[in-house]
Amino acid sequence: MTFEPTLLARVNKPNSPKLEGYRADGGYAAFEKALKDKQPGDVVTQVKDSGLRGRGGAGFPTGLKWTFLPKDHPGPIYLCINADESEPCTYNNRILMEKDPHQVLEGIMLSCYAIKSNRAYFYIRYEYGDAYRTLQAAIDECYAAGILGKNIFGKGFDLDIFLHRGAGAYICGEETGLIESLEGKRAWPRIKPPFPAVEGAFRKPTIVNNVETMACVTQIVRRGIDWFKSMGVPPDPKNPRDAGSYGPKLYTLAGHVEKPICVEVPMGITCRDLVEKHGGGVWKGRKAKSVNPGGLSMGFLDCTAPLKGEDGKTEYDIPLDFNGPGKVGCLGLGTAAVTVIDDQTSMVDVLHNVCQFFSHESCGQCTPCREGTGWMLKITDRLRRGQGRTEDLDVLVDVADRIGIIPGTTICGLSDGAGWPVKTAIRKFRKEFEDAIRTGTKSKHAKPLAMAAH
Amino acid sequence: MSVLSDDIRSRITALLPRYPSKQAVTLPALHLVHDEYRTVSNEAIVEIAGLLDLHPSEVHDTMTFYEFFKHDGDKLGKTRLWVCRGLACMLRGAYELQDHCEHKLGVKCGQTTADGKITLEFAECIGACDGAPACLRDDVQVMDVTTEKADSLIAELQR
Repeated sequence: MTFEPTLLARVNKPNSPKLEGYRADGGYAAFEKALKDKQPGDVVTQVKDSGLRGRGGAGFPTGLKWTFLPKDHPGPIYLCINADESEPCTYNNRILMEKDPHQVLEGIMLSCYAIKSNRAYFYIRYEYGDAYRTLQAAIDECYAAGILGKNIFGKGFDLDIFLHRGAGAYICGEETGLIESLEGKRAWPRIKPPFPAVEGAFRKPTIVNNVETMACVTQIVRRGIDWFKSMGVPPDPKNPRDAGSYGPKLYTLAGHVEKPICVEVPMGITCRDLVEKHGGGVWKGRKAKSVNPGGLSMGFLDCTAPLKGEDGKTEYDIPLDFNGPGKVGCLGLGTAAVTVIDDQTSMVDVLHNVCQFFSHESCGQCTPCREGTGWMLKITDRLRRGQGRTEDLDVLVDVADRIGIIPGTTICGLSDGAGWPVKTAIRKFRKEFEDAIRTGTKSKHAKPLAMAAH
Repeated sequence: MSVLSDDIRSRITALLPRYPSKQAVTLPALHLVHDEYRTVSNEAIVEIAGLLDLHPSEVHDTMTFYEFFKHDGDKLGKTRLWVCRGLACMLRGAYELQDHCEHKLGVKCGQTTADGKITLEFAECIGACDGAPACLRDDVQVMDVTTEKADSLIAELQR
């Protein structure tokens, strides 16, 4: 049976961003019905029971997050939409916002009704100018049609959605960094607890959810729990902490694939199938050396490394559910952004690019992250110039091990994500790095020392 | 004499009811001023702070954190052209594209051409990986930027 996309079903239909087209496809009926027939708690229960886990990167169960709000709070309660989508190689939120904004907006309306919020702040990265204007037009249509504003559908529910543009900072995708940025301050993440559900934006209870998560909420309320749970991977019985990986998922393909596209498939497709069946395979007839399975922070797969106890399979065959990448040493599924690196590409160059990103994007609040990401860039730059030292690899791993919330040295997870690709690349491709050091191979991209500061 | 026009001032104050704190209007105000004047001067910072009941240093603190807004003494060109250097773009030729643009325009990333037409920048991943290597023309993504495409885009922006 061929899989019919749901989240992307309307993408590229004529006028897919327009309210008229969305309503003709049954849009906002779920919201209207919820206002008419359901209590807010019913929507919370439905989302909780669907097993939906947040699509932004951490995979926290969405409904459970909502239940952390204080009971019978007098308000206001805020919903913040995280459309900062800055994890390198990730672009599924952009496609949803540009091509089917109303599906996302309906999810926001349902979520606000569920958590008893009358105001949502939609934080969107500056680089998504087209998405911003598309969303603003969609929001304007909703106000004009009485789907936003006061007394929506005559049911006494009020809701405003305000777009808020970022200014090019990765850290604003961290939920408390986002809140600080929204409040007009530098986007320094907050120490938790208190978590935003207790004390968030403007010191009020706040839920921060991802764009794709909102599209999933729309479809869960419209199609039901059984539909959502008919796809994906149930919880691992051997892992009591696994909440399962249900539902459809938007995977984005990038790098050395023939067709870098965004596809929707049930959660749990293997990395190999995604690249070969949906991405047209590795470009130029080459082979995959490595794959970054979920955004840079997740680390790297070695496509030739055999999987233990699975005859003939390699790390390339892992399932892309919430647990799969973790079984081969990656941090997790992350944003499900899959980037392929072909067998003619230097991992030294790749790792330098990664370190360059995190050094540039460290917000500077915590010393281990600010200094650690800076030193990892300096060392990988040295490797790239053919001046690496034997001890550099161990120093890199040592730094990577010491920065982050896992070792307990930083406030947020940015530097866990900075360290993970370093650790996995060096562990899995150590021989390539050692060879580069021994032979003094200089990268074609290496700049003279005077220019290396950037 | 105010450096911000009445129109910009009223567009800033019109945003105040959207937020429970005036400080939350900082970033939208900075965008409005930056878009209009291509820089945020020290005088503009003082006036934004006045509108938002903040100390100018608070506005300055937020503004400089993002490394996005041009400061006093620096000014954006007519168009800001960003070349993405994220991994997805790097794997498909972003570094070569960046070198090409720098050479073509005779400026380094972060600088503006002498005629004031183009400010060249590098960007971290702009989320246009399905069109790598990609650029950002102000806030609009340009996909699959070959050197030929870059040349014609630059020619268009220089007109």
